[in-house]
Amino acid sequence: MADESKVGLKELEVSNNGFEVIHTKSDLFYDLYERKSELQHQTHYCPGCGHGVAHKLIAEALQELGLQDKTVFVSPVGCSVFAYYYFDVGNVQVAHGRAPASATAIKRACPDKIVISYQGDGDLAAIGTAEIVHAANRGEKISVFFVNNGIYGMTGGQMAPTTLVGEKSTTSPWGRRPANEGFPLHMSELLATLEAPVYIERVALSDNKNIMKARRAIKKALEIQRDGAGFTFVEILSPCPTIWGKDPVEARRWVLDRMVPVFPLNVFRDRKPEMPVNNAPPQRPVPDVLEITPKEGGYEGGVASHAHRFKNFTIKVAGFGGQGVLLLGQLLTEMGMREGLEVSWLPSYGPEMRSGSAHCHVCLSKNRIGSPLISHPNVLVAMNEISLRKFASQVGPGGLILYNRDALPADFEAPPKVRVICIPASEMADKLGSTKTTNIVLMGALLEETECLSPGTAMGVIEDKVKKVELLETNRKALAAGRHFIDEHAHLEALSQPDGYAE
Amino acid sequence: MRQLCKGNVAVVKGAILAGCRAYYGYPITPASEIAESAALYIPQVGGTFLQAESEVAAINMVYGAAAAGVRVMTASSGPGLSLMQEGMSYLAGAELPCVVVDVVRGGPGLGNIAPEQSDYFAMVKGGGHGNYRNIVLAPASVQEMADLTVLAFELADKYRNPAVVLADGFTGQMMEPLDLEYREIVAPEKLWAVKGTPETRANLISSIYLEPDQLEEHQRRLEAKYIRAHVEARHEVYQTEDAEILLVGYGIVSRVLRSTVEVARKQGLKAGLLRPITLWPFPTEALVEAASRVQKILVVELSNGQMVEDVRLAVNGKVPVEFYGRVGGNVPSVEELHAQVLERAAALV
Repeated sequence: MADESKVGLKELEVSNNGFEVIHTKSDLFYDLYERKSELQHQTHYCPGCGHGVAHKLIAEALQELGLQDKTVFVSPVGCSVFAYYYFDVGNVQVAHGRAPASATAIKRACPDKIVISYQGDGDLAAIGTAEIVHAANRGEKISVFFVNNGIYGMTGGQMAPTTLVGEKSTTSPWGRRPANEGFPLHMSELLATLEAPVYIERVALSDNKNIMKARRAIKKALEIQRDGAGFTFVEILSPCPTIWGKDPVEARRWVLDRMVPVFPLNVFRDRKPEMPVNNAPPQRPVPDVLEITPKEGGYEGGVASHAHRFKNFTIKVAGFGGQGVLLLGQLLTEMGMREGLEVSWLPSYGPEMRSGSAHCHVCLSKNRIGSPLISHPNVLVAMNEISLRKFASQVGPGGLILYNRDALPADFEAPPKVRVICIPASEMADKLGSTKTTNIVLMGALLEETECLSPGTAMGVIEDKVKKVELLETNRKALAAGRHFIDEHAHLEALSQPDGYAE
Repeated sequence: MRQLCKGNVAVVKGAILAGCRAYYGYPITPASEIAESAALYIPQVGGTFLQAESEVAAINMVYGAAAAGVRVMTASSGPGLSLMQEGMSYLAGAELPCVVVDVVRGGPGLGNIAPEQSDYFAMVKGGGHGNYRNIVLAPASVQEMADLTVLAFELADKYRNPAVVLADGFTGQMMEPLDLEYREIVAPEKLWAVKGTPETRANLISSIYLEPDQLEEHQRRLEAKYIRAHVEARHEVYQTEDAEILLVGYGIVSRVLRSTVEVARKQGLKAGLLRPITLWPFPTEALVEAASRVQKILVVELSNGQMVEDVRLAVNGKVPVEFYGRVGGNVPSVEELHAQVLERAAALV
């Protein structure tokens, strides 16, 4: 069947049995192996090696299915690292054990192409165990050809995860001892426990009959991939005469006599899995997804007007996780941005949050912000006693502490020249129907007391964040309650002044 | 329109603007929001997001996608980046463009999740095996998390090399205004990629060169490319014209140093700041130029002293180079750095 140009590579001979043997080379192989530095008319594989046969079966199957121009062949690390010397298809050589991971991404990038991951037993069943299990479990629509010869060939005969019990290797010099190295891994059986794979078969390159079965399995795997059905896996028991120390004929027989009883030939999976219907993500234009274009009914850019009587204004919000500490900081930062200021928000993050306390830093500035980390905030919003005790001393002279309680702890002394306003924000929020709005009550108080940002901007931001109408109403009331408290507070404070300053 | 955005989220927004349509990654604090926002946004613009089984798998998925000619990225932090180093060496060896983001946390080992700059050596000097370089960009703001990610994709493709965005826990976690402009990205045609097409059938992606002469030739070619890339060095200076003491720091530290310069100048001390934006290629020329006018350089890092080695190499003994570092997740305050500057400036007189 080879074309005339390849006649030089075709040899006819008459075997001892008297029938004609035709040696042909698939068109899918390069005519001359130019990527090899020498001996470019022959492979680098040893005489009797199973890789040559496996390569030929794959090449012929691809050729028969007309897939040459659609195929990407992923070579592993191991004896078959140089598969790209031979296969006249797109070739990608990858790191040891990771072929299924790389093949996954190639297939996702080129979903209508044929992606082959060709791997040996060290590559697939030792270093790459995680990658093959997960690619199979995801049902990646690739074909994996797993050449199992029970030994590390390229590195010179070390033990493989599939080395038979009792077999000697350079790293199991007294024979594989299950008590030390465990038992041979049965990858086909292991993968057949997974839901997603479509086709899993083990074949052997032990004799002509089995080679023909291997040929059918390889072709079937590629057909399944071509039809987009799912993950396919063919384990190929393969002779390694050189490392086994056997001649090619003995080595083939050894596959049948010794390997097959341990690794039975079987079809372990041949069915399409039931795939639940996916929730496909909506497809949207890039500017919408990236919020470059404003959300409908939301903030449309532009600057809300407010007279800022500061160059820099810094706020630290602190309390328990769940009190809306970080959110309050974010809302203030968003407001600052909408009022045309430079802003930054820096949270405490990680275990501190999980163990129950949280804080964040808000910088509002008319200039580019240097450090987003605040050492001395203008305002500390302390939502619990721990935060008050921990951070009060950081507030600088002329600063303000808003404390979420009706009174300071008896033994607490405020830092010099720092005003403290106690506001029972949690109780007030409770009365409004949602303790969760404690942070908004405090925001109201903060805005009313300092006038750092405008309450109008606050409502705009809150309206964008809170979608439920009832909840929005509670937030509105919370903001108003916080502001009102300050007005009352100022009134009471003024009344208490002996010189009648209230007038 | 300005939007309030987290640094980690800005990375993904920048990536999408740059035409990145593939993300393979594994979650880790403080970088997880990158994976989360990639999962949310990239599939909506027709791309692929996949949470890999490990960082090892993730970087090798990046390798596969890059081999197929796709603009692809991953992100992680400290321990995850350590796992990716073999893959990054392969990517550099096979000349595959990709973007890797490192939101650095405290180390070594499990360390903690607070910000450090202790991955400088690993990213800038090449944490994997063999002679190779990463292009390394160091953002200092949320806006730069997006902008430098865009630049990272451009440089990665231009030089067919991995580009690293080296951030830190603070820059990843903080929120600031982000201003993005939408423009159609025309990704370069990658004639070398392997796509399962007749045109790309003859292509091979590989980093193996068995013959010593072949491998040497390959490395010489890479080296020539790295030398060409020196023109990409970028930096920012602040108040250096008349500075007597030059402060050098990158990323989040440069922000604290900027404030320190302001405080120092208010008190009559002429301090200036040079902030490397690219850590590789290192802005050597700019540094030498700025150093020629000062009496002392103070390098500040969230490490035990890593970038300071490159500063010393650049200055080559012409100016004393001193170092101040905080580690473990401690970020120095302006007051702390100001005290350091005062102390070292006093020694000048």
